[in-house]
Amino acid sequence: MMSDQLSIASLTDRVKSVAVGAPVSAVHFLGERAAFVCAEEKIAIADAAGEISHVDVHGGAILCAVSDGKHVVTGGDDGKVTALNAKGETLVLATDAKRRWIDNVALHPDGAFAWSAGKTAFVRSGKGEEKSFDAPSTVGGLAFAPKGLRVAIAHYNGVTLWFPNMAAKPEFLEWAGSHLGVTFSPDNKFLVTAMHEPALHGWRLADNRHMRMSGYPGRVRSMSWSAGGKGLATSGADSVIIWPFTSKDGPMGKEPAMLAPLQARVSMVACHPKQDFMAAGYGDGTVLIVRFEDGAEILVRRNGSEPVSALAWNANGTLLAFGTEDGDAGMLEF
Amino acid sequence: MPELSSQKIPVTVLTGYLGAGKTTLLNRILSENHGKKYAVIVNEFGEIGIDNDLIIGADEEVFEMNNGCVCCTVRGDLVRIMDGLMKRKGKFDAIIVETTGLADPAPVAQTFFVDEDVQKNARLDAVVTVADAKWLSDRLKDAPEAKNQIAFADVIVLNKTDLVSKPELAEVEARIRGINPYAKLHRTERCKVALADVLERGAFDLDRILEIEPEFLDAGDDHHHHDHDHHHGHDHHNDHSHSHGGLKHYHDEDMQSLSLRSDKPLDPTKFMPWLQNLVATEGQKILRSKGILAFTDDDDRYVFQGVHMMLEGDHQRKWKEGEPRESRVVFIGRELPEKTIREGFESCIAA
Repeated sequence: MMSDQLSIASLTDRVKSVAVGAPVSAVHFLGERAAFVCAEEKIAIADAAGEISHVDVHGGAILCAVSDGKHVVTGGDDGKVTALNAKGETLVLATDAKRRWIDNVALHPDGAFAWSAGKTAFVRSGKGEEKSFDAPSTVGGLAFAPKGLRVAIAHYNGVTLWFPNMAAKPEFLEWAGSHLGVTFSPDNKFLVTAMHEPALHGWRLADNRHMRMSGYPGRVRSMSWSAGGKGLATSGADSVIIWPFTSKDGPMGKEPAMLAPLQARVSMVACHPKQDFMAAGYGDGTVLIVRFEDGAEILVRRNGSEPVSALAWNANGTLLAFGTEDGDAGMLEF
Repeated sequence: MPELSSQKIPVTVLTGYLGAGKTTLLNRILSENHGKKYAVIVNEFGEIGIDNDLIIGADEEVFEMNNGCVCCTVRGDLVRIMDGLMKRKGKFDAIIVETTGLADPAPVAQTFFVDEDVQKNARLDAVVTVADAKWLSDRLKDAPEAKNQIAFADVIVLNKTDLVSKPELAEVEARIRGINPYAKLHRTERCKVALADVLERGAFDLDRILEIEPEFLDAGDDHHHHDHDHHHGHDHHNDHSHSHGGLKHYHDEDMQSLSLRSDKPLDPTKFMPWLQNLVATEGQKILRSKGILAFTDDDDRYVFQGVHMMLEGDHQRKWKEGEPRESRVVFIGRELPEKTIREGFESCIAA
């Protein structure tokens, strides 16, 4: 244990351990229960008391997972898109005709969902209408815009903004390189991608002005918007990097905040849904809660394990759940 | 750290021009009773008859890294597939990546040099090139891809030897050696080759760079292992010496290997900047590089290897008692500026 972890406030003794029993690749809350998405086959649903049940969702690796708070939708290497609800019931939403890997899934608040296999992105509307779009190269990431039915499809050399219900030609935002993750700001004004190289790229959607956010030692695999979309917290460095999005120019010409430095790289970030603090998981297994204002830290989990690979708050921010690559998991109630 | 690298999943890259027998070799590997499980990454999903539980279709999407070096290309699809495969850790022991017949092996290899996540979990074991004994000579004339695949190889499986005469075989081998004298060469019919000769080669493992010698002299040894059923009663030994005696030396016009040697120690403060500068400026031409170096005032062997502009090197082990402290460097590449390289190397010899 590192000495700097001794000196800070700790909540480690209040964490309820959850026996997931398999590497965790994501966690999402369904009401008050946490759904720990395993690397393969199963989702483990646990309540704050540590009561746990396992549900089979895929026949192989689970490659991606998203949630709207009511369902967890996953894509697998079995070519299936599966939804799990809070009762623990599963439903196969789609099966790829060629049984290709489902690399990405995205959910829209009105019930529409999107997924991708290879170069093709699919959208099924709340009414059950299905449409597809072939990107110029393999889809690296998918995201619904917060308003309207608009899908951002990240791929090589940029992002395509696709309007499945409109005849209009999709809009192409170009930037050289491979774009692997994509997210809209909650106010719908900015689009940010995580690239294959250790950098983010962003566009101000009003005028497609570029925003380059670089300087990371490692690839950014986790991004989380803070309450109200004031900042975008990111993994990839040995401290949490938070880009400011309060002005109309976004982070352009500004320095990011760098909080909670450790001798390990941040692997997961999850901003509190209502207040100005966040949780951060690290490559050495540490989980911290970090206050934006002054960078004050509270220890949730000590270091000394495989990387933290899953981290989430419930919708009203009273519960935090985390999971690691070596199958340890826990929940903390506030 | 060797104990760490051995935990990484070995990845064998299988290349070869169209029709050379890649799929035959792949099926041989998979069907042999070795008790190992392979994850196989193929380029044409579901279209080839491969019997394996874990087959992943790849798209061979090559993209340039935004780091300013033009030949720094990686296979984006491989990055994604490796990420997904790692969720199934424990379900397979090794990975085989089969490329299309027209593919350049470099982006696959470079993916293992530049991608941090890929590097964390997997290691490139070797590039194995299947070549067609009957048609390779023609392809070397008209298909730059075929030449690339030979130049890049750690292991060459020269297949369909039953379809050519002895002089034809000697001819094609000489052409291969004219491009790449360092790869292990195995003559086969229907890709009958011992698995140990193509898998777990450690060709990119710095700890296993033992010596750098052309393969001419022992190329024929492999003959013994694999085709006894077809050449029963044949006098192998005569066969060897005959083929060696008749081995022609070809100099390929645009793809060569260049070997440098010094028995005087090199000055590391000169050699390292020279090497880095060389691959930075000529890296597009240099497909593969490898070296064992004796530095001044250093009791350790320094070894390095590289692909185009990417290099990795480390102190390997102590020079043994009585072992000649000789530096050897080889480059395989296209239109190598031989004079510049030789002079540059000479200038790194400690005064």
